[in-house]
Parts: sequence; structure tokens; C-alpha cells
Amino acid sequence: MNVEQISIFLENKAGRLSEVTRIFEEGRINIRALSLADTSDFGILRLIVNDNEKAKRLLRENGFTVRITEVVAVEVQDQPGGLHQILTALSKAGVNVEYMYAFVRQSGQNAVLIFRFDNTAAATEVLRREGVPVIDGLDLYAM
Amino acid sequence: MIYNEEFETMPREALESIQLRRLQATVARVYNATPFYRRRFEEAGVAPADIRSLSDLQKLPFTTKADLRDNYPFGMFAVPMDNVTRIHASSGTTGKPTVVGYTARDIQTWAELMARSLMAAGTRRDDIVHNAYGYGLFTGGLGVHYGAERLGASVIPISGGNTKRQVMIMKDFGPTVLTCTPSYALHVAEVAGEMGVSFRDLKFKAGIFGAEPWSEQMRREIERTLNLKAMDIYGLSEVMGPGVSVECIEAQNGLHIFEDHFIPEIINPHTGAVLPYGTPGELVFTTITKEAFPLIRYRTRDLSVLYPEPCRCGRTIVRMGRIQGRSDDMLIIRGVNVFPSQIESVIMETKHFEPHYQLVVERIGTLDQLTVLVEVNEAMFSDEIKNLQSIERELERNIRETLGVAAQVKLVEPKGIQRSEGKAVRVIDKRNI
Repeated sequence: MNVEQISIFLENKAGRLSEVTRIFEEGRINIRALSLADTSDFGILRLIVNDNEKAKRLLRENGFTVRITEVVAVEVQDQPGGLHQILTALSKAGVNVEYMYAFVRQSGQNAVLIFRFDNTAAATEVLRREGVPVIDGLDLYAM
Repeated sequence: MIYNEEFETMPREALESIQLRRLQATVARVYNATPFYRRRFEEAGVAPADIRSLSDLQKLPFTTKADLRDNYPFGMFAVPMDNVTRIHASSGTTGKPTVVGYTARDIQTWAELMARSLMAAGTRRDDIVHNAYGYGLFTGGLGVHYGAERLGASVIPISGGNTKRQVMIMKDFGPTVLTCTPSYALHVAEVAGEMGVSFRDLKFKAGIFGAEPWSEQMRREIERTLNLKAMDIYGLSEVMGPGVSVECIEAQNGLHIFEDHFIPEIINPHTGAVLPYGTPGELVFTTITKEAFPLIRYRTRDLSVLYPEPCRCGRTIVRMGRIQGRSDDMLIIRGVNVFPSQIESVIMETKHFEPHYQLVVERIGTLDQLTVLVEVNEAMFSDEIKNLQSIERELERNIRETLGVAAQVKLVEPKGIQRSEGKAVRVIDKRNI
């Protein structure tokens, strides 16, 4: 039900990101969403792709440090206040957002938010109670 | 200017006969007073009576830093503790320092040799010496201090640190001779600049810099920015402290070794064979007047070369070239001795890490910066920045607490550190010394 995200450790030097995209191109792996967090000396690339197992295997074969993290994807209407409503409910329930990123679906009606929570189970429960549509991993990979 | 004409300009033959007599006395004394040396000599099949000429020195075994460590703290002392009047120590290889002792006469000898050094570098009785070497267990501060007093100069025992106050005192007291590490000299110049104080307006004429390796290029930089003549001084606490050798202000070309107290040799660091004058190799010293802590053929691991030609200053004693590096992989970071193996053991004791690491040393501005590169692995890899950063900070803290040196830890990708066929390249020193 939840979404698996691939995280990759990247040294802060030229060509590392394009090495990842080269591997994906050769492996015919499609990126659904991504975000890059960085510090002065390293970065963490977080990706949702269409084939986690294959992506993980190819990255490891090429010497990357990879980790699978469980994240939660929800769909909100692409309009003012959409995100705020969700965050307010989570905050009331004492759930902390470690990080998040978003993309807009091709139809342009809804936005997809990817969340990493400190407590995934509690967060999912809050979202369910609030009637926020949580996207299934398999649906997301195939989007 | 020469403090002790008799010994510094002695004809070679006369000097060598004094050296032989003193060597024989030292060898006999350590053989009788120090179980370590007696055992070593016996293992090597050599007795004090075998030392009949200076070249017989080569029959004696080497002494290493590991020997000093094994005999920590006082096992190498050759006199009872009631004859020891001073104890110094230097940073060691395993967290334990190297401990050295001095009798009252040793302190007198050291003061004499530092007085010679200060005068060789242009110091006279009417000079004011601004002594910014650290006072304490480190030999730099007190070594210079006693020498300046012996010479009859005025000494400002400012020690290290509090640089702004140092600049104020330089302005107000008008010292004429500066003694400190070369990197600190440049740091002071920088701080003075920020305070709007120019060395052109200060009264310094000479500086005596040592305790860390430096280059000709750095000498020019110091002479230009500090507006003084910069001389190199050499010494190590095991052998005595500063004042083993020094450059003269007349030639600034090689450091005169006070051979009436120390016998230098240059050896091939791999075979131990003694090399002729003019051939670079590892410096080895035998002390021939020290009472509390005599050393026989001590391997300094410092790389240099010996020149026997008399100098235009008039001294006949041998000169050594400026230190070219180390025969082991020891680094000197802001005056602290650091071996890569020490960092390695801290890395291994800190959970998470694998033994792939590299040390990068740079001189940023005037201060040394040590960066430790370590490889990330999947066990430690969290996809949250703060977790990885806390792993970096933890290792930094462990290095600082264990070695007393500030390092910056940087995570790199697995295999991000180049593997080499034979010995791993552990250290990249970009300081251009």
C-alpha cells in the first residue's frame, strides 16, 4: 500500500547525478518523481521509479550506496489550501514530516505529495480519518 | 655573531677528539645506568670498550620512538629522580606522550645552546625577545626563554594564543626578535593587518621559527610580510628541544648543528646504512653531554642532508639542510604530531566505518586544515541528511578528543577513495612545504 522510494548517496562532485540518469536510461527505468537534498559535501537523491528492484540492482552494480525508504503518497486538489489542510491534521496528531516533495499529475487536476514521516503508521491513520486519498505504490509506479 | 667562539669555530680535529671522549663517557654511562641500553648493546654484541673511534658509533643499535614509548614514562632516564629537575613531554603516537627529563646541568647546557642559537640568528643583549612559543610541557617556550635569559636579552614570555593582545604588546613594548612557529608568524601578521598594524612600524629585525616544517617560499613570505630576517631552528624534545641546530643570520643557508653536544648521522631509512655527507636521508642523533635522558643513535624520522663545508659566518660545525619531510608518514598539524594510523584506529573504534579513509591536509590562509575522507556504506546510510551529518560530527568529536586535533570529516561514495596496488595513499598533503 505504501510507496517505496529509492535514496542514493551522492558525493558533491560533477557528473554523479548524470551517472545515475545514464544507468536509468540504459536500464529503461522511468523516473516518476525526484528530489535532491544537499549539504556542502554530499547529497541524497530520492526517487520514485517504475521498477524499484531493477533500479536498486543496477545502482548497486555501479557502486552506489542505495537504500529503500517507505514514504506515503497522497493526492490533493491542485488549488490553494490543499496542502495546508493535510499538514494541520498531521500536526494536531503530533506527526512530524521529515521531508516532502510534490509533483503535478499529467491531467493537471491533482497534485501528488510524497511524504516521509517520523511515524508512518500514525500518519497513514490520520490521513485515512481525514479522507485524504492515499495512493497505492503500484499505482504510483505505473502513473 | 658567535656566542661561544671556542666551540662553534673549533678546528675539526679538536672537535672530533672532544666528541669521541664525550661519546665514550655517554656510552659507558647508559650501559651502566639504563637497563634498556645494556640489553640492546648486549643483543648487538657491543660493549662500551668497543667504541675506540667516532666511526665505531655505527656499531651501536638505533633507538626509536617506539623504544621511548615502551619505556614510558621514566624508563629511559639515566639518573635517579632526585637528580631530575625538569620534565617535558611531546605529543606521542598512541595518546601517550614521549617523556624527557633534565638534570640541572642539562638545563644549563640547553640554555647555552639556545643562547648560541639566538645569537646566531642576530640576537644581542640589548634585544627584546617576543617568545610566542607555547610554555608548558612543550619544549619550545621554556627552551627559548632560558636561552634568552642566558644571553642577557630581555624576554617577553607571552606564550601562544590571544593574538590581538600579542599585537598590542608588539606595538607597545617594541620587541626586536620574534620566536614562534612559522605558521603562527603568518597568522600574527594577518591579525595585525586586520587591526590596522603594519609590521613596517614595529621594531622586529629577526625571527627564529621552528617546531614545524616550512619552505624557502614560506621564508620569503614571512620576511616580506613581517619585515624581518627569518631563521630556521631545529630541535626535538627527545634530543633536547629547540637549539639542536640553527641557521645563522649571515648566510641563512643550512642549520648549524652544535656538534660538541650532539653527533648527527644521515642514514638510509630502509637499510639503516650510514650515508656520506651531501646525501639526503634520515637524521639520527646521539647526545654526548646529556645526563638525565641520553639518547644513542635516535632515529628522528626527519629527512635532511649534512654539509661539512665551513660557513661564511665562521662556524666550522656541520650544517643540516632544512627538513625535507618524514621517513614515516607522521603529519604535523598546527604543531600536533598525527600519524595516519592513529586516525585509522579512531575511525575503526567509531561504529559504522570501514577502514577506507584518506587524509587531506591543506593550508587555508595560514592555518593547517585536516580533512578526513571516509566512505559511506549501506549500513550507515540513512536517507536523512541530519543522520549522516551526525555520523560525521561524531567522528570529528572522537578525533578531537583522542588526538587533540580538529579535523573535518567528509563522507564520500563507496570506492570514492582510490585503492592502490601496494601501500594505500593515506595522506594528501597540499601544503607545499
